[in-house]
Amino acid sequence: MSDLIRRTAAEMADALAKGETTSVELTRAHLDRIAEVDGALHAFLHVDAEGALEAARAADERRATGSPASPLDGVPIAVKDVLTTRGMPTTCGSRILEGWVPPYDATVVRRLREAGLPILGKTNMDEFAMGSSTEHSAYGPTRNPWDLERIPGGSGGGSAAAVAAYEAPIALGTDTGGSIRQPGAVTGTVGMKPTYGGVSRYGLVALANSLDQVGPVTRTVRDAALLHSVIGGHDPKDSTSLAEPVPDVLAAVEQGATGDLSGLRIGVVTELGGYGYQGGVLERFKESVDLLVQAGADVVEVSCPHFVHALATYYLILPAEASSNLARFDAMRYGLRVLPEGVEAPSAEEVMRATREAGFGDEVKRRIILGTYALSSGYYDAYYGQAQKMRTLISRDFENAFAQADVLVSPTAPTTAFPIGEKVDDPLAMYLNDLATIPANLSGVPGISVPSGLAHEDDLPAGFQVLAPPLKDDRCYRVGAALEARLHEKWGGSLLDRAPDVKVVTR
Amino acid sequence: MTETLVPFEEVLDRYDPALGLEVHVELNTRTKMFCGCPAEFGGEPNTHVCPTCLGLPGSMPVVNGKAVESAIRIGLALNCRIAEWCRFARKNYFYPDMPKNFQTSQYDEPIAFDGWLDVEVDGETYRVGIERAHMEEDTGKSTHVGGATGRIHGADYSLVDYNRAGIPLIEIVTKPILGAGAKAPEVARAYVQQLRDLILALGVSEARMDQGNLRADVNLSLAPKGSGELGTRTETKNVNSFRSVERAVRYEMSRHAAVLDAGEKVLQETRHWHEDTGITTSGREKSDAEDYRYFPEPDLVPVAPSREWVEELRATLPENPAQKRARLQKEWGFSDLEMRDTVGAGALTLVEETVAAGAAPQAARKWWLSELARRANDAGVELSELGVTPQQVADVQALVDSGRINDKLARQVFDGLLAGEGTPAEIVAARGLEIVSDEGALSAAVDNAIAANPDVAQKIRDGKVAAAGALIGAVMKEMRGQADANRVRELILEKLS
Repeated sequence: MSDLIRRTAAEMADALAKGETTSVELTRAHLDRIAEVDGALHAFLHVDAEGALEAARAADERRATGSPASPLDGVPIAVKDVLTTRGMPTTCGSRILEGWVPPYDATVVRRLREAGLPILGKTNMDEFAMGSSTEHSAYGPTRNPWDLERIPGGSGGGSAAAVAAYEAPIALGTDTGGSIRQPGAVTGTVGMKPTYGGVSRYGLVALANSLDQVGPVTRTVRDAALLHSVIGGHDPKDSTSLAEPVPDVLAAVEQGATGDLSGLRIGVVTELGGYGYQGGVLERFKESVDLLVQAGADVVEVSCPHFVHALATYYLILPAEASSNLARFDAMRYGLRVLPEGVEAPSAEEVMRATREAGFGDEVKRRIILGTYALSSGYYDAYYGQAQKMRTLISRDFENAFAQADVLVSPTAPTTAFPIGEKVDDPLAMYLNDLATIPANLSGVPGISVPSGLAHEDDLPAGFQVLAPPLKDDRCYRVGAALEARLHEKWGGSLLDRAPDVKVVTR
Repeated sequence: MTETLVPFEEVLDRYDPALGLEVHVELNTRTKMFCGCPAEFGGEPNTHVCPTCLGLPGSMPVVNGKAVESAIRIGLALNCRIAEWCRFARKNYFYPDMPKNFQTSQYDEPIAFDGWLDVEVDGETYRVGIERAHMEEDTGKSTHVGGATGRIHGADYSLVDYNRAGIPLIEIVTKPILGAGAKAPEVARAYVQQLRDLILALGVSEARMDQGNLRADVNLSLAPKGSGELGTRTETKNVNSFRSVERAVRYEMSRHAAVLDAGEKVLQETRHWHEDTGITTSGREKSDAEDYRYFPEPDLVPVAPSREWVEELRATLPENPAQKRARLQKEWGFSDLEMRDTVGAGALTLVEETVAAGAAPQAARKWWLSELARRANDAGVELSELGVTPQQVADVQALVDSGRINDKLARQVFDGLLAGEGTPAEIVAARGLEIVSDEGALSAAVDNAIAANPDVAQKIRDGKVAAAGALIGAVMKEMRGQADANRVRELILEKLS
């Protein structure tokens, strides 16, 4: 493995700025790495070597003339396949969109291009972002670089695995119930879900519009802040995008990296721990809390009593919105078209039915059925309406908690990566993975997951989640950077340094 | 399938009708409801489209502020209350011409609600309650090719044009209109007519029924006379002219009565209106099974018009229709009957515009209500859709006023206008219609007429001036109508006095 690709994005940007390397060299190194290990990992659904190198050459020209487009100009990136990319397939991990090449870029993708980041390709995901293991991808699962027999989390397992395995220095993910943070936790990477409305959703193929948010998937907190600065900010094409400027997340990282959190109040959420959480995960969590106390933070325990209903609330709102979002896949304009067998002159409805039958996987169908039911006349008040009320109560819990603490912390996911196949037929067990991450989506608050170490039971990574009030994304970065600094000091390097090299453990 | 019908007059012996009208108005905003595509009519199919109005995965809507403004102005003009806070909702159903398979509309939180419009029929005023006016987007336009009916069933294939998808619509829904009795068909027609006048005065839509800018759905039910109940209703879709609105109500009343007389139940369903045969036929059954699963559109933020803005918009409203009718009647010096006929013929705006273009009110009224009304009737179209503009009518009248043509020649000018032969002046020139003002030729023609009709001439000499008509006719015939009849009369009387 080239040493070049083990650097952080910030270090790569630095080397580019100093002329020590070129974007073409960097991009090629990552493409080589993908060629080398992606057969084993399957983090990518599509690799655009040509497009990435072309963008790299343009970045090098800008660097040569001393006019880089952004601090990250020339640093390659991977993009989750749920974001539209002009000229590059966008499948959302579904058969129903196989071969669809969007005629437009998502706003975040456009911002990446404008900032000069070569796009290496599109990463694997659970179909339409429904899942916590990437096993629901119609194109086969992604494997966890720490143990190829285990899941890399989901839905954004592809982005997390790619970053953990040095196939890309940074990636974009999307987080509807934890799809950035939980894969971060189980692959030993950093994942940040910004405040709802902080990053444009235009071009993000919606799972649940009121919960979805685009965010960075990286190996360090600083890299996440760098990427956040590129993609964040108001977009007139997204009505739910906030007018407020992105908080100064880079300054927050610098502040946190000093390792000093004097005066900061940290709230440990009672309801996000204990029963259902793996012992080793809780140990690492407690250790991290202790480190933050050593950094000068005050710790209080706070209760968010309605969080116990978060999962149920989420599984009414998400399927309801998703069932409507997915109605457009009807074989009329784009994507898959399947003609029903044995029907002479099929009607539009018959083609629609056959296409949706063949094009959607079981988990997608399950949620379409759930959502359609929850919105049905006569059931709306009992399900969707009730869920919206609970959502308000959960937001109130957050308000109360943030009155007592500047940030809230918890383990990101209740367990480390589980074996592929273990939960794929048990949806409820699968849903429990997002227990700690879902409340943030229901209320739109920002949350980051940083690696907290390896659980003693299985020597697999665990994650530490930091939640902050809406628009206080900078607090996530400050605390995340402080914890990262303390842990790196303790470990003598990054957690990923302890990951086995994928090539070594090739099956 | 022919339906049994009860004669209209009989219907009223046994039943009370309840009307309801849903009118869709396509706004004339520059861009579509939720994207920047041009909202204009026509264009090569599927050229006014973008990811948003095609419903491509990942695309998002942004509300057109101008459309909200138009919706509020319509609401205010209909005496509605304007919501302080309202949302868009998704109406979920599958249809190939709907890009997202849900329509972004409004459900339980319309922008405007609880208003009224006073409608005049034969001098009587009916106050039509307005339930709501809400914003939504239009669907694409399907063309079903092959098959006998032009409907999707039986078609060989269908073409969809998404240029229309996403064009802003305002749907205006009345409360049940009760108590119109035998006048129900006329009230329905008058409501749509007067609503259209209002929309035109607001300048928010071209409101052309023939182009589908204004589309009416007619709800009708019958209840046993005097029962005070509401019967089962049918919804007749896309009734696209004033005349058809009236005919559709009349037809459905007769049809419902026959169903009820037979002791059967009226099916709650959508009906299709057939312009050519003047009947309705059953469309899809609209039952409880149709569940649109409405929920608030999560990709849009609520619309919350400030009270200041609403008041600013109120100040831009045209005068209310009843006041306007009273003012115009006074200005024009029309009798009550003349005014009633003008309104009834849907000619108020046309007359107003003709007067504005320079014609005298009575002349304007005369052309629209006689000559042009007859032609519209013959062609089976609305006056406004005849193809003659108020400016042209005023131009024709100006030619009459200047003595260059007379009323009879003017009719030939209208023939020319309808045949697309150019402006009135061009038609007069091309057709050689100008009145001969050559006194010599006229005098000679008069002399000829006198010589040819010695008996008549003698009567006139004897003081029977009324007999001059016969001589005038003879002169006009010789002059092929191109003479000023008044001048001819003068000449005859001069010569025979």
